[in-house]
Amino acid sequence: MPLLTVRNLVKEFSRSRGWWGRPSVVRAVDSVSFSIEPGETFGLVGESGSGKTTTGRCILRLVEPTSGEVRFQDRDVLALSREELRRTRRDMQIVFQDPYSSLNPRMRARTIVEEPLVIHKLGTKTERRERVAELFRLVGLDPAHLDRYPHEFSGGQRQRIGLARALALNPSLIVADEPVSALDVSVQAQVINLLIDLQERLKLTYLFIAHDLRLVEHICDRVAVMYRGRILEMGHTAALFRSPAHAYTRALLSAIPIPDPDTRPTRIEWDASSVDLRLPLRQVDQGHWAAI
Amino acid sequence: MDPSVSPLLDVQHLTTVFDVAGRALRAVDDVSFEVRKGETLGLVGESGSGKSLTAYSILRLVQPPGRIASGRVLFQGRDLLALPEREMRKVRGAGIALIFQEPMTALNPVFTVGDQIAEAMLVHGLATRAEAKRRAVELLDAVRVAEPDRRVRDYPHQLSGGMRQRVLIAMAIACRPSLVIADEPTTALDVTIQAQILDLLREMREAFDLSMLLISHDLGIIAGSADRIAVMYAGRLVEQGPVRDVFRSPAHPYTKALLASIPSGATGRRLKAIEGSVPPLTELPRGCAFAPRCPDALPQCQLEPPPIADIGPGRVVRCFACSPFSVLR
Ligand SMILES: Nc1ncnc2c1ncn2[C@@H]1O[C@H](COP(=O)(O)OP(=O)(O)OP(=O)(O)O)[C@@H](O)[C@H]1O
Ligand SMILES: Nc1ncnc2c1ncn2[C@@H]1O[C@H](COP(=O)(O)OP(=O)(O)OP(=O)(O)O)[C@@H](O)[C@H]1O
Ligand code: SF4
Ligand SMILES: [Mg+2]
Ligand SMILES: [Mg+2]
Repeated sequence: MPLLTVRNLVKEFSRSRGWWGRPSVVRAVDSVSFSIEPGETFGLVGESGSGKTTTGRCILRLVEPTSGEVRFQDRDVLALSREELRRTRRDMQIVFQDPYSSLNPRMRARTIVEEPLVIHKLGTKTERRERVAELFRLVGLDPAHLDRYPHEFSGGQRQRIGLARALALNPSLIVADEPVSALDVSVQAQVINLLIDLQERLKLTYLFIAHDLRLVEHICDRVAVMYRGRILEMGHTAALFRSPAHAYTRALLSAIPIPDPDTRPTRIEWDASSVDLRLPLRQVDQGHWAAI
Repeated sequence: MDPSVSPLLDVQHLTTVFDVAGRALRAVDDVSFEVRKGETLGLVGESGSGKSLTAYSILRLVQPPGRIASGRVLFQGRDLLALPEREMRKVRGAGIALIFQEPMTALNPVFTVGDQIAEAMLVHGLATRAEAKRRAVELLDAVRVAEPDRRVRDYPHQLSGGMRQRVLIAMAIACRPSLVIADEPTTALDVTIQAQILDLLREMREAFDLSMLLISHDLGIIAGSADRIAVMYAGRLVEQGPVRDVFRSPAHPYTKALLASIPSGATGRRLKAIEGSVPPLTELPRGCAFAPRCPDALPQCQLEPPPIADIGPGRVVRCFACSPFSVLR
């Protein structure tokens, strides 16, 4: 049984057009459906503004979806009361893109990591102290640095602090929203390896949001391609990268820069007007869906 | 390559420092490279390694507390660092054009894109107002903006990110420079748009006979666009050579590690990571800046910075372990 099932998720934002224009409605997420099995890494890719972050935030109800269904561990997330939601959030955590702005600069690392335990009134003071040190070691940080402030850590270390905080409540699902894109190139691989290690050790399930397709190809079991709020293609990573079915996916994959001077990708141009974007997903192969 | 032909741009021992708290922090440290006519040199390095500052130093745009401490920047045979400011102004734009890292801040929101492209030509006295207007349309057409005669009247906010970058490229080539410095020209863009802009830069290079200094942190972009590559780490240039040679047989331990850490679908799940992180300028080690992270470090690496050594045709590297003299030391 899937750990997470998203069905026909819709999120609309209203945006006022200039001073006099009527407010217009942006469908940031448009009938999105997918499910994630326990232990799986599910990738969400797509260009800027395609609705990846909004999808992730809707699942945790950090923004309220307009309509649709989110089932997590057999709970109907959108029907949960405030109190039930608070308890459910222990099991679903989010890690943000920007390790600089997502940590409170005036809090010590210790307080940042401990905060979720305090909010959920878990453990005694001593138990929490121990747990925080354990989390610090878990993400590869030195517990001797627990009393430092965020600015005293490097970018990669700050992302580790964010991860330690997300892991404090022993979640089963982590929504990782571009967790390495703000990091130095030479540090990205460390954090990716840490995510992989933690997944094995703690049996975590990831919703991995990214725009770096090379990274997604490397670590995701399955991937969904979003465009203007809709999923245009979804399938096992290897199959989708090998034989993309949708014209947009083909264009996207052909645009990945190849770190090899002797291989020139053959660019495939994308023309949104040539394709009916409203087509529903249909199965093109075992576990491989495309809106064609 | 004919060694008797002097390069278009010849940067020699460029050192740019920040005067902070009584110390001169060396953000660009003894950097030497050249850009030959018609070629693209890819300058790669991670955030804070000094790439943009190198570009600003070449154009003498470094702001206090930053200051160029030493070195020479020979452009078409003249040392730009010794030029009177009046002469330098002619070089900026008409000789060397810079495409900035942030497309939004580089465009003025209150003027139309046509006016901004024309302005560059007017400043340098290269066209009359009417000619400049006409050329602006031609340039937009050259950078493949659809309906250029309508788009010249648009304001920057009316354009998509990719279109703004095209406008910046049009501005850069407006005064027919011989060298274009493109500082992360596609970092803020989606991959599909990024690919189009890189194609466009290549095309412009052919059409306008440009030489280019292409700055990026992405080895994939450099691999596809540059003839030669220069790798920076913590303000120093650690390796330089023809792009194919460096990708095929990297010499410097940092370059090796960087190439090995690139995710590729085939290698399975764990990546080959480089442990540790880049030291801040205030805490640079006395010897090689990469020493704390280097798997090949020798005792002498902690003591003094490694010298630059030639290791093959057109290839230089700054490392004790790969210099041909290392056995002698
Ligand atoms: N709070 C909001 N109010 C209004 N519109 C919003 C809001 N949040 C997001 N949007 C709009 O919803 C769309 C989807 O945005 P979202 O941030 O989910 O995209 P994304 O795929 O995460 O993009 P990126 O790769 O840039 O992070 C965009 O058009 C965005 O402008
Ligand atoms: N005012 C300042 N005082 C001290 N150091 C500074 C100052 N401004 C910049 N620096 C330092 O100068 C160095 C060079 O920065 P530069 O912008 O050239 O890096 P970059 O390689 O272009 O990085 P990025 O990829 O992030 O653009 C950095 O280490 C930066 O911290
Ligand atoms: S000089 Fe020494 S520490 Fe620096 S890269 Fe070479 S071997 Fe490593
Ligand atoms: Mg996002
Ligand atoms: Mg820069």
